[in-house]
Amino acid sequence: MAADRKPNPWQRFLARPNTDRTKTVGIALLVAIACGLSVSIAAVALRPLIAANIVAERQALMRSMLSGLPGIGEIIAEAGADAVEIAIIDLDAGARTQAFDPADFDPLAIAADPATSTALSRAEDLAGIGRRENFAQAYIVRRDGDLALLVLPIYGNGYQSTIRAYLALETDLTTVAAFTVYEQGETPGLGSRISEPGWQAQWAGKSVSEDGEVVIEVVRDGASGPHEVDGISGASVTGYAVTDMIHFWLGPKGFGPWLDTLRQGGE
Amino acid sequence: MLKSLHTVTDPLLDKNPVTVHILGICSALAVTTSVSTALTLSLALIVVLTIAAGIISLIRHHIPSSIRIIVQITIIASLVIVADQILQAFAYAMSQRLSVFVSLIATNCIVLGRTEAFALNNRPLPAMLDALGNGAGYAIVLLVVAFIRELLGAGTLMGFGILPLVAEGGWYQPMRLMLLAPSAFIILGLLVWAVRSARPAQQEPREFTPYAPERQVQP
Repeated sequence: MAADRKPNPWQRFLARPNTDRTKTVGIALLVAIACGLSVSIAAVALRPLIAANIVAERQALMRSMLSGLPGIGEIIAEAGADAVEIAIIDLDAGARTQAFDPADFDPLAIAADPATSTALSRAEDLAGIGRRENFAQAYIVRRDGDLALLVLPIYGNGYQSTIRAYLALETDLTTVAAFTVYEQGETPGLGSRISEPGWQAQWAGKSVSEDGEVVIEVVRDGASGPHEVDGISGASVTGYAVTDMIHFWLGPKGFGPWLDTLRQGGE
Repeated sequence: MLKSLHTVTDPLLDKNPVTVHILGICSALAVTTSVSTALTLSLALIVVLTIAAGIISLIRHHIPSSIRIIVQITIIASLVIVADQILQAFAYAMSQRLSVFVSLIATNCIVLGRTEAFALNNRPLPAMLDALGNGAGYAIVLLVVAFIRELLGAGTLMGFGILPLVAEGGWYQPMRLMLLAPSAFIILGLLVWAVRSARPAQQEPREFTPYAPERQVQP
């Protein structure tokens, strides 16, 4: 009927009554497409800016962590941002590699590429990460050319999110200088408290290993001794996850081989 | 002209969405620990609400009533995501402080309430003015609550020290209660009481009269 007077299909569509099923489905589709497009365009257009913000925040967190450490803060204050040296580590070989330019190193791309990552068996995969990149970043702070502090970025599967953290080790490569969680999505109020400064403060001075064996543990009740850290009530799984990811990343599949090289005086 | 002015100014006090209709309480207590977060969330809500009202009003004749809520929520939620992304891109620290509450604008009753009750039945310009007024009404309440909470709770306003704190050698001992959620309820309650005392027209009639049995007379 309307087709004779209005040849334009768009107008014919709009002229349908609002109770019409075709129009209902059509409007729903159009609204969904328009909204989807606008969200996608905003997300894609703003992603570089947001990514830059996240990187800047992470660096600020790293700086604030380092500047709060006794003895390290002064080095950072003297030498500025250059005091932190980025080393790319070949994890299997346990040695530094010059194959990558630290400025262009993209850890996520390395971890995602099958050619530069290794699948882990269930027994090896303490951190629950499935695949591990073959090359990882580490940060070195030097005093008069000698190692003063080593910062290892570590990550693992928590209770409901990936926990990412910096583990700072002192020159003996055993004593924890600081532990800072910079990304997590654990249960708010329980597991998420691992990113609170109060909880992280108890890590300083703890010892990660004894006789070459990684022994540090987040315990459920009453930490005693240098190898135990108090867990958070109601967040046992997050605690286990933190324990496991430290064991993984300091172990033979993580930075373990490189730490051995460092202990023997190499680099 | 006068009518459209009233569309904007009425929701500020006489028809304020928070103090009269008691809408949007959840975010009002979550983000009012400091004036700057309250201001940012208010601006985000005003922008989202105004644009959503405009769009919905534009297509109001073609929204089938059977799916109108879904269509409105889809439009509002998309705008909220875009606003959240813009905040993350240009005010990252602020968006971290607001955490989920920007995304929760989508569930703010004021937004759906205004689009459903007003934008769906009015032309775009009045709809947007109404949205602007209601957003501003929400903003005023948020800012008043945030002003009291930040001043008494931390001795600062917009992050600048106003009252010298004891910890820094001054005389003011901050009231920690003001930074906790219950204080927002208390301040909001006092605010509603104050507004309704000043404007008795806003007082609601009793919904029922208390049961008073007739006195039994001993024969």
